[in-house]
Amino acid sequence: MDTIEGTARCFGDSVDTDMLAPGLYMKAPMAELAKHCLEALDEEFAASVKPGDVVIAGRGFGIGSSREQAAQALLHLGIRAVVARSFGGIFYRNAFNNGLMALQSAEAVELFETGDRVSLDPRTGCLTNLSRSRGCVCAPVPPNLLEIARAGGLVPYVKARLGEPRQESQNA
Amino acid sequence: MPGFTLAEKIVARASGREGVRAGDVVTCRLDLAMIHDSGGPRRVAPILERLGAGVWDPARVVLVNDHFAPGFDAESAAILHGSRRWAKANGIAAFYDMRGICHVVVPEHGHLRPGMFAIGGDSHSPTGGAFGCLMFGVGATDMACALATGDTWLRTPETMVVEIDGALPLGVCAKDVMLTLCRRLGMDGAGYRVVEYRGSAIEAMDMQERMTLCNMAAELGGLSGIVPADETTWRYLDRFGHPRPDDLARLRSDADAEIAEIVRLGPSEIGPQVAAPHSPENTSAVDTFAGVAFDVAYIGACTGAKLVDLQMAASVLKGRSVASSVRLLVAPASQRTIEMAAADGTLAILTAAGATLLPSGCGACAGYGAGVLAEGEVCLSSTARNFRGRMGDKTSAVYLGSPYTVAASAIVGTIADPREFLKG
Ligand code: SF4
Repeated sequence: MDTIEGTARCFGDSVDTDMLAPGLYMKAPMAELAKHCLEALDEEFAASVKPGDVVIAGRGFGIGSSREQAAQALLHLGIRAVVARSFGGIFYRNAFNNGLMALQSAEAVELFETGDRVSLDPRTGCLTNLSRSRGCVCAPVPPNLLEIARAGGLVPYVKARLGEPRQESQNA
Repeated sequence: MPGFTLAEKIVARASGREGVRAGDVVTCRLDLAMIHDSGGPRRVAPILERLGAGVWDPARVVLVNDHFAPGFDAESAAILHGSRRWAKANGIAAFYDMRGICHVVVPEHGHLRPGMFAIGGDSHSPTGGAFGCLMFGVGATDMACALATGDTWLRTPETMVVEIDGALPLGVCAKDVMLTLCRRLGMDGAGYRVVEYRGSAIEAMDMQERMTLCNMAAELGGLSGIVPADETTWRYLDRFGHPRPDDLARLRSDADAEIAEIVRLGPSEIGPQVAAPHSPENTSAVDTFAGVAFDVAYIGACTGAKLVDLQMAASVLKGRSVASSVRLLVAPASQRTIEMAAADGTLAILTAAGATLLPSGCGACAGYGAGVLAEGEVCLSSTARNFRGRMGDKTSAVYLGSPYTVAASAIVGTIADPREFLKG
């Protein structure tokens, strides 16, 4: 859970799971599906996104389907954190379960524009706009989700609970 | 000390605690876990393998092949096939292969009972709340871990009440109620709460209409929807021979329970509604969209193709025919729906009007199977969501309406008010 640094990728309200993982590609392997992540909003998204980039959005990020590929597609493209005003309930769990940090902030979406340099400390929730020298603090992550995130996701977390040796790496 | 909501009572029982309150994070034992071919075996099996675990109790797992059913190419056939093999290898007796859509098949076969704590590997799992259970959707990792351990964590939800007293007008149904709520509250209006439906209009609804209410609690961003069990529920469940419990108080909210918000709708303020692309919250009265042309009228999905939904469509289409500019596709929600709709003449009315019958399954609703939309096509659909690209090509567009509205509009060829067709 080190500090994440990259470019801000901003979106509005109600980014749904069909935009993140379009139904037409749900049979395809992740490498293919991820190419279509968010293409309905930004044709160039998958091609241009870089590891460390942070998605910043309005309310209801990840509303819709329970498909976990919505979180996995972002991870596949190198996104490690999403900051939004609010999240779809299932997406929120799916994110932490897979090792994607989902942080809530009412202001973030006002403070960034796509292309701004961003730095995020997931432990403290400190979100800084390096291009415009401003920032905010996201709402604290609930303790049980922090534990899951610290374990590297739900699978290693539960594996430890089941009494197995812990040897899972972060979202391998 | 205030009393407890129904959701709190169910969570308390499932977590083995007394007096659980909204906000408490607890671990709950599962009474039932439902999975389907898309998010099920193909996703959970590799995770179970990583966990080195099997299914904790095969008798509490229901598996439904519905999303890619029937197989339409080599990949979808392989997904269904893998699901069958997994059911066998894991001793899942409650395996429904191409019997219809999971949310409809599960209660049809008596798997749900009031007071149960259940999860489903699908976002419309709140549908189960129609039977007085707390049932909600989870992703594949949550599901796999729950299948391994038999439990799952939960932040105990607050409850909001939607109360409708009085009789819904002719041509208006549960779908219109939910679209009205999507407009009024927005897609995160229920913000992780459980939506408990109350009032005489709800009491008058049959189980299938209640399923539509709970199904679309997902579109309000609710953890789930719930209708407390009443005589209608017990009468439905009697056919499965489940004994009626003595202690009915544990199956409803206390009068002094803490309710986060009460939304009252007057039946007269709910007319036929239509949601414009690309969100259920883009809802307005049907007249707003009068004259809007479309290519496909789709009556399908767990939300909009149960027996009563087909009957609503048939009541409009009886003796009439579909406009030549429109394709009317009907994908009944389950095999049993087909049987019943065949027996009572509903199917014959639909096909005589020009409907094309599609297999039971998710099909075009999820953009997976038969009936998907081509580039630029427009659809008016009885399904639950109209996100961009959901039913096919990313340039296609979907309007949502009730089965009445879809049927009436199919006759006219443009979006139309169904009440015109139901008079005398
Ligand atoms: S019919 Fe549509 S809404 Fe219902 S389970 Fe299938 S894909 Fe989901």
